[in-house]
Amino acid sequence: MLSSSTLVHLSPVDLVIIVFYFVLVLAIGLYLKEQANTGEDFFMAGREMTAWVAGLAFLSANLGSLELMGWAGNSYKYGILAAHWYWIGAIPSMLFLALIMMPFYYVCKTHSVPGYLKLRFGQDSQALSSISFALMTVLMSGINMYAMAVVMKVVLGWDLNFSIIVSSVTVAIYVALGGLRSAIFNEVLQFFLIWAGALLIPILGLIEAGGWSGLKLKILHNLTEQHAANPGAYTHLWSTLGNFSDNPMGINWAGIVFGLGAVIAMGYWTTDFLVVQRVLSAKDLRSAELAPIIGAAFKMMVPFIVILPGLLGLALLRDGSGNLLRLVPADLAWSPAGQAQGLHGYDEVLPLMLARYCGPGLLGLGITALIAGFMSGMAGNVSAFSTVWTYDIYGALINKNATDEGKVRMGRWVTVIGVGISIGTAYLVMHAQSIMDYVQALFSFFIAPLFGTVILGMLWKRATKAGGFWGLLAGTLSSVGMYAWGKLDPSSVRYLALSAQAQDQAQNMFRALWCWLICVIVTVVVSLMTKPKTDAELKDLVYGLTPIPKQGHVRWIQSPIFWGAVVAIVFVILQIIFW
Amino acid sequence: MKSGGSLSIWFFIGVSLAVNGAVIFARGLYELAYPPEHQVVLYNLHANVWWGAVLLVLGLFFSLRFSPARERARMAAEKS
Repeated sequence: MLSSSTLVHLSPVDLVIIVFYFVLVLAIGLYLKEQANTGEDFFMAGREMTAWVAGLAFLSANLGSLELMGWAGNSYKYGILAAHWYWIGAIPSMLFLALIMMPFYYVCKTHSVPGYLKLRFGQDSQALSSISFALMTVLMSGINMYAMAVVMKVVLGWDLNFSIIVSSVTVAIYVALGGLRSAIFNEVLQFFLIWAGALLIPILGLIEAGGWSGLKLKILHNLTEQHAANPGAYTHLWSTLGNFSDNPMGINWAGIVFGLGAVIAMGYWTTDFLVVQRVLSAKDLRSAELAPIIGAAFKMMVPFIVILPGLLGLALLRDGSGNLLRLVPADLAWSPAGQAQGLHGYDEVLPLMLARYCGPGLLGLGITALIAGFMSGMAGNVSAFSTVWTYDIYGALINKNATDEGKVRMGRWVTVIGVGISIGTAYLVMHAQSIMDYVQALFSFFIAPLFGTVILGMLWKRATKAGGFWGLLAGTLSSVGMYAWGKLDPSSVRYLALSAQAQDQAQNMFRALWCWLICVIVTVVVSLMTKPKTDAELKDLVYGLTPIPKQGHVRWIQSPIFWGAVVAIVFVILQIIFW
Repeated sequence: MKSGGSLSIWFFIGVSLAVNGAVIFARGLYELAYPPEHQVVLYNLHANVWWGAVLLVLGLFFSLRFSPARERARMAAEKS
């Protein structure tokens, strides 16, 4: 099971902590089996979650271990610019979901986002979005599984097959037994484990670096020594975004604000069913509105355990001889030549910092946090896949007369099958690495146009069935087309991302922006040429035609709007502090 | 949170934090008595002792506050 060359070595104490985690999640699944008998129980967790539980699960479903290690690596590569993905790339859209969109999702009592599209635009749009979502979700789950197994091999020396089989079988058991409720319980548990396992790194790192000002000085010194371009840009959030060439990402403020904040983030946080499903499990509308606000409050703090360790790595990491340690791209680090030279990839910065400060016990907790992050991310994918398959494909297209009991039975089987397909994908990727790039890109293609379709459906009653379908199709196809153009002709980046210096992330931002615009324009044009639904048909689906249920007497301190405003103010203050 | 039974999610979290905290705290005390040969950076701060203690206390608080007995009593009070 173990290879000789690994980043960290686990002691028996660490193994006790890891094994205890596996025992606990299986025990939770077994315990919750008795409470997952109906469709509402299995797929919607009985719609009885409090705002806190739904909010933490909403955040945790996104807080997978690849997310943690990947963004720590990105902050090492791009500096504090990576924090945009946690702040402007999350907070405004989470608040928008809570205060504007959630009433529509909640009032129409849909089981899924494709389910809303069926009610609003008809079965064609539902079929297009549900098949794409189901396919992409299960493929992404497998690709994440493979990537995590590779990380476990590099960091711990664990065999790829061992990591894949043990983690996926555990996820299959606890989700098939307890459904969404089991997935949510484990996501909340994971949230606490991640903070317990990762919080020491920034605390001890800041002590070692001499606080924030000491950290900035060390980064400036190290990058100047390495002749990096714009060394001062690594610790500024906005002041270097005036020009593409002034920052390490090769992006400008328009790409961040419109591409990331207005399209990609809005699309992901408001229409990706993987995260929206958690909020739909809330016990009432006020809890459903508060859940994303609670998630946003904690999301704002995540850079402390993700972005800061990456910056600390830039400032503090040295090799055995005391020289600065330079991390490199993963494909170079994990190649046989890179391994022979002892190179480390950007994504290894978090485990490197973990190994730097955490001895036996603490190291086990940190590794458990990474494993828990991976498993809950996979559980999120599998539970969302199971719901969309059962309600939007099986129930809508294959067996329209399926009973509730039949749907639960189907949900359990599809959970196991979904894990099986994920395992298959993981092994497929093992033999064809380039598939990983394409499928990850395909997943991102789908989210931006879907947001265009859903938001027009909710806010513009004139949008028609044909407009919704053709807009979604045009947005998705144009995104695929732009991606293919970029691959076939790399120089096209100067048109697609407005700058020849645009890095991968900058290209993603602009591609999302363009395909969203195409989706919106096509939807509007086709809608204006086709016959709209009547107001009566759009009741409970569209702004202005949906009576929002009264929440009774709620004190201002319990009001979602009040807490949304608090989160928005803190968000603005953070932007100013790190400007 | 209603879980359909008498065990709350917060109870599971409490148990997890308490067990992990106890193990890490115990290991920290052991290292105080027998310092390891290979020490991590900032070993002198003994993070495993105080961080383990923090997790243990937090875990015990959640475990007791949301214990099955308390949850059953709370659910009975809600019904009546």
